[in-house]
Order: sequence, then C-alpha cells, then structure tokens
Amino acid sequence: MALLDFIQRLVGLQKPSATTAKERLQLVLAHDRSDLNPELLEQMRREILEVVQKYVEIDLDSGDVSLATEDRVTALVANLPIRRAKLRPPSPPPANPVEPPSPAAPLDPAQDMPTEAPTDEPAAEGTEPAETAETAAVAPSPAVAPPEDQQTPEEPPTSPTLSSVSAES
Amino acid sequence: MTPVTSAPARIILICSGKGGVGKTTLTANLGIALAKLGERTTVLDADFGLRNLDLLLGLENRIVYTAQDVLSETCRLEQALVKHKQQPNLSLLPAGNPRMLEWLTPEDMQKIVKLIATQADYVLIDCPAGVEQGFKNAALASQEAIVITTPEISAVRDADRVIGLLNTMNVTPVQLVLNRVRPKMVANQEMLAVDAVTDILALPLLGLVVEDEQVIVATNRGEPLTLNGSSTAAGKAYHNIARRLRGEDVPLVDPSKERRGIRARLMNKLRQAGLF
Repeated sequence: MALLDFIQRLVGLQKPSATTAKERLQLVLAHDRSDLNPELLEQMRREILEVVQKYVEIDLDSGDVSLATEDRVTALVANLPIRRAKLRPPSPPPANPVEPPSPAAPLDPAQDMPTEAPTDEPAAEGTEPAETAETAAVAPSPAVAPPEDQQTPEEPPTSPTLSSVSAES
Repeated sequence: MTPVTSAPARIILICSGKGGVGKTTLTANLGIALAKLGERTTVLDADFGLRNLDLLLGLENRIVYTAQDVLSETCRLEQALVKHKQQPNLSLLPAGNPRMLEWLTPEDMQKIVKLIATQADYVLIDCPAGVEQGFKNAALASQEAIVITTPEISAVRDADRVIGLLNTMNVTPVQLVLNRVRPKMVANQEMLAVDAVTDILALPLLGLVVEDEQVIVATNRGEPLTLNGSSTAAGKAYHNIARRLRGEDVPLVDPSKERRGIRARLMNKLRQAGLF
C-alpha cells in the first residue's frame, strides 16, 4: 500500500480496495447468476415503477430496483420511498363490489418493513398507527406529505417503502 | 486406511474456470500428498492441447501412451499409466497428445475414468480452463469437485460460474481451495479476505494456500512441494488439503489474522475506533 493511499484512507477519502472489490463482485455475480441482462432488468424496473406509481406517489430519485445476492440466492430488491398515497384509485378493480377498493391495502405496513424504514415514534403522537408519520419522515421533501388524518380520512395507512423480493437459485 | 479393492475410488475434478490460478499445481501436489498417505492415486490431465501436469510432476519424458491409446486398445491401461518413481502410489495419465484435434467425447472420458477407478483410491482430474467442452467432459466424468480460486475478482467470478455449472451436473460435494493468499495485503484490506470469498461463493473451504515463491522453484524442478518433506507454507497447506480430503480434522488457520504488521494493527485500531 502506497503511503498516499494510506493517508487517503486515514482521512476517509478512499475505501480499502478489498471493500471495493467485494462490492463490485457481489453486483456482477448477482447479474451473472440471474442471467438477466441489464436491458431486461431496466425494462422490468420501469414496469414495476409504473405499476407502483398507479397507486402511490414515489420518490423516483431515491428509489431503486436492483439485484442482490446472498448465499447463492439472487433476489430482486425494490426499495421505493413513498411520498404519499394517491387520493383516488386509478381504476376501481371490479373484484369486490361491496367494499370500496382500497388501493394500498395489499401493502401491509406493519409487517415486512425493509431495513431502511425509519420508525419515527415521537411524531406519531397519540394517533393510532405510527405509519402516518413515517410517510413524511421518509420523503426527501416532507412538505408534500400533508397531515393524513385530516386530508385522507378513509385512506388506509401506507408503508413508507415497498420491498418486493423474489428469489431464484 | 489401507486401500481395499472393493472400496470405490473417489473421482475428484479440480477446476477453476479461469486459467493460471493453480489447478495443475494443486493436482500435482495433492496427488503426491495423497500417495504419501498411502492412497493409490491417479492424476488425469484432461487437457490435451495445453497439458502441463506431466511437467509439474517431472514425468514429461516418460509419457508413451495416452488415454486415447487405451480407448483404441493400442495399449493396456497399465502400460499407459506413468508411475512416479519416488511415489509409486501415484500415476499419471494424459488424456491425449497435443497433436490431437478434438476433445475426447464425454462417453470416452467416462469410460476411461471408470477404468482408472478400478485400480485407484483417488482419481484427480486436472480440468482444462474455461467452461466449454473440455470442462464439461471432465465434469461429466467426475463425482465431486474442488474449485480453486485466488482472491481476485476475475478468478472469483469465473469460479462462481463453474460452481453454478457443477450444481446442474450433479457433481457433489464441491469444495473450495483459496490459493495465493497474501496475508499482509488481506490484513491491510488490499485483498479480498478469506471469509469474503467463502461467503460469496458459499462453499465449504477445504484449504488455504498462501502465496509462496517456492511453488515456482518446485515447478522449475518438476518436484512438487509435497514430494520432499517440505517445510514451506504452501507445501504444508497442500498436505493439509490432502488430509482434510480424507476426512481428517485439520483446523484451518487464516494467516491474515495471525500475522500483523504495525500498520495493519494501527489500521485495525482506527477501524475499531470508528474512524472508518
């Protein structure tokens, strides 16, 4: 290791090259193992985002759909910070005529939280679930998230991020 | 431990995907080490165009026949096997000669391996580099495999590809040998750590070989390190691999965690202090 490298690492300017190697390797292997070419992955990413955007407003800049790999299992990981839920469902699904269609209902906010989901307890102040505060906490521009309990009374709480995982060998 | 003729031979493929990471060196050293432990071992050079196992074992001048000649019944297997003079438990069989134009067919490969297996305890197949026909023929004739790699991203990536293919070909178990580790660089985080490689490839680690100049000297002479009661780091590592392969419990020591320079220790202190 050259002295210059050492100094750069000492002051935090440069990661150790072993760390870089590991990260690059994990990424390339995730692609190699899944046999998905980048073009297909990009197309899938776009379509996933389109579907999600029908229901919730997501932060496209900090969102991410990528492949991760662990223990020779490749997973598709989507991490999509939600700004807020859409007020109206895009088109009422005809499946259940009795209950009003609740678009965000399939996303159970209490379970399966991705690791990035912050739990902003104090902001929840008394109102029943903590989820109302989370939406604002995760959005980079909190101004877009109105106090939900007044604006969207019938809206079910939304999870701040969606994480979909599908595994293949 | 004494070989019983009825016990079936273990047929082990030694492969890496990438060339130049130490397949042939491992095959030669492991062959000698197993022979020293009393196992009747045959090493089969599955590459014909670029065969080198004979050189590493110092047997290059004694090859008369190849697997091809056995298959075409030009000679018997016993005539084609080249016995090592100092370690008569070890013999070498080249798959073909460099003048051959085509790979053996998978069926021929399986036939010859089965034939060798009738008179050996261990058959080590030195696999050609790549993942094409030569690799596939060799893998189809094998029961288990040792994948060898170095802590470089290109070698690890190729190893991963090979492991994926072996999984689809019913070759099991597949174990890992990590070659040419430089403990100092690993300690300084300038080289992939041992557990980083094993985590990524998700294979049990059969052995760790540190970078050792003596390997080159041994190759020059055609006398593998394991041949002469070697005290070198790599020689010991190869011996340990042979013993683990036979089921002995030989602890693995990560050399990068044993030996620490001043700078590595300083870096570790700083890391612990949360500066990195």
